[in-house]
Amino acid sequence: MELSILTLCYLVGSVTFIIGLKMLSNPSTARNGNLLAAAGMTIAIIGTIFLYEEDGKRLGNYPWIFGGILIGGVIGTLAAKKVKMTAMPEMVSMFNGMGGACAALISAVEFDHIYQTYKAVDTAWLADFVAAGHYLTIIAGAIIGSVSFAGSMIAWGKLSGKIKDMSFRGQHIVNMIMLLLVLAAAVFTYQYNVGFSHILFYATVALSLVYGVLFVMPIGGADMPVVISLLNSFTGVAAACGGFLYNNKVMLTGGILVGAAGTLLTILMCKAMNRSLKNVLIGSFGGGGAAAGAKKDQGAYKEITLSDTAVVMSYANKVMIVPGYGLAVAQAQHACHELEKLLESKGVTVKYAIHPVAGRMPGHMNVLLAEADVSYDKLQEMEQANDEFSTTDVVLVLGANDVVNPAAKTDPSSPIYGMPILDVELAKNVIVNKRSMKPGYAGIENDLFFQPKTSMLFGDAKKVLQDLIGEIKNL
Amino acid sequence: MESILSWIADNQQMIYIVILMIFVGIEVIGHVPSVLHTPLMSGANAIHGVVIIGAIIVMGKAEAHNYVALILGFLAVVLGTLNVVGGFVVTDRMLEMFKGKGKKNVKSQDPGTK
Repeated sequence: MELSILTLCYLVGSVTFIIGLKMLSNPSTARNGNLLAAAGMTIAIIGTIFLYEEDGKRLGNYPWIFGGILIGGVIGTLAAKKVKMTAMPEMVSMFNGMGGACAALISAVEFDHIYQTYKAVDTAWLADFVAAGHYLTIIAGAIIGSVSFAGSMIAWGKLSGKIKDMSFRGQHIVNMIMLLLVLAAAVFTYQYNVGFSHILFYATVALSLVYGVLFVMPIGGADMPVVISLLNSFTGVAAACGGFLYNNKVMLTGGILVGAAGTLLTILMCKAMNRSLKNVLIGSFGGGGAAAGAKKDQGAYKEITLSDTAVVMSYANKVMIVPGYGLAVAQAQHACHELEKLLESKGVTVKYAIHPVAGRMPGHMNVLLAEADVSYDKLQEMEQANDEFSTTDVVLVLGANDVVNPAAKTDPSSPIYGMPILDVELAKNVIVNKRSMKPGYAGIENDLFFQPKTSMLFGDAKKVLQDLIGEIKNL
Repeated sequence: MESILSWIADNQQMIYIVILMIFVGIEVIGHVPSVLHTPLMSGANAIHGVVIIGAIIVMGKAEAHNYVALILGFLAVVLGTLNVVGGFVVTDRMLEMFKGKGKKNVKSQDPGTK
């Protein structure tokens, strides 16, 4: 009876995951979809705690379980509530890493269980006692979980600026060798003396962690969203391994669902940048140091004062705002909306040109501007925006860099070559707000800043916008 | 080889689920607009937190004197909960900002001027 109820809980959980994910892919139902999936998850967790039985035995150690859930729950809620909108991408990466680590730990405990049972028979192989399928799910959970954990931590570090991109010549070969070492260690754990198997198992985990670090290390910071999405689907697969291990259908459905959806999402994100996944992972970012060093002198840029900007903008017919990460960092979305309203009241048409990967994650800008109540009708996706630039008087670039870099179209040696960009240079005037002349996230110079049409307006996006609003009001 | 085959036979139900879920996963998010990529990724991130169930089982089965299992299991529960709770809360915060504007269909924005 109780086991049937548990089965029902798991069934409900699985169905809510599928429906929740479906609802998450539509703007009008997304929030409820998330809550639905959360409700299903809660049912599955509570069912497991109180109803799960194995060989007629209930689960014990309730203080440990509840203690763990309490600690995790409190830290998780606080972290998720406190985090700034700008830091959400790295938060997702962090949580993803936690899931990966969880899957790896489960495998470690299960392996320890096997090892303790058979370690007395020193000279036999693990393969003599444990079915290959069973071992495979344990080791796959350990490897994938560890790679996902280490990779996510590196991605988190890169997004929060704690870790710099790093690559060296022949890194792809080193990575391949690492992967082979991981697999070799996994095979030896199974087909070698049981007495050594635990050492070999932990070696497999350690090598997987190193591989995870090396895997993400050379990938450019600007490509982190794609990597996080990929690691997300890895963790899904690791969770599904747990499903096999315990013959648990809800873990299996949830894990594989995320594994499949995450993989598709990764590909969709790559498509938004017009690049292949292979290009992102093996990437042209690696070994680009020499090309960057031989950069030609780009000449001078010109600056524009606030009052000139105010005049140019308020007498324009159409203004396009191109937001980027700088806007997010400065939390300038509200000031930006205010400027938009002010200009509209003066009869200027104001629109936003949103590059699909502006900011640190796809959709990052939409979320930020939605927070400031900017109407959806004003947000132009890249194709629409590019059709409109030629009729635009002023383009105001707010802390965006790589997404407006013409090198993506003109310079085949550029790391971002091939990425579709916003053709802001088609407009009559381009005003670029940046904090300094420092290159953007991809670490490359931007020819746009040196073009005759372009004027630079240095300063923090929020402060500049507020001052600009003041200037326009005083006109 | 034989053991792999028998394992497949033993777990055929599970393997069917895997195959079907792959198609469901791809089908379900096939038409997501790019605005929702980030929240969707975050939501999916929370869903793979089901791994917590494995952690709870490991923890609950651990014998009282088996410290390796107790400590690793406890860590797994903490991390798994972090993934689930944090994941859902962050996703909700992201989606909160779409609140009240849901009626409008993001995909078919009208590019016309005012």
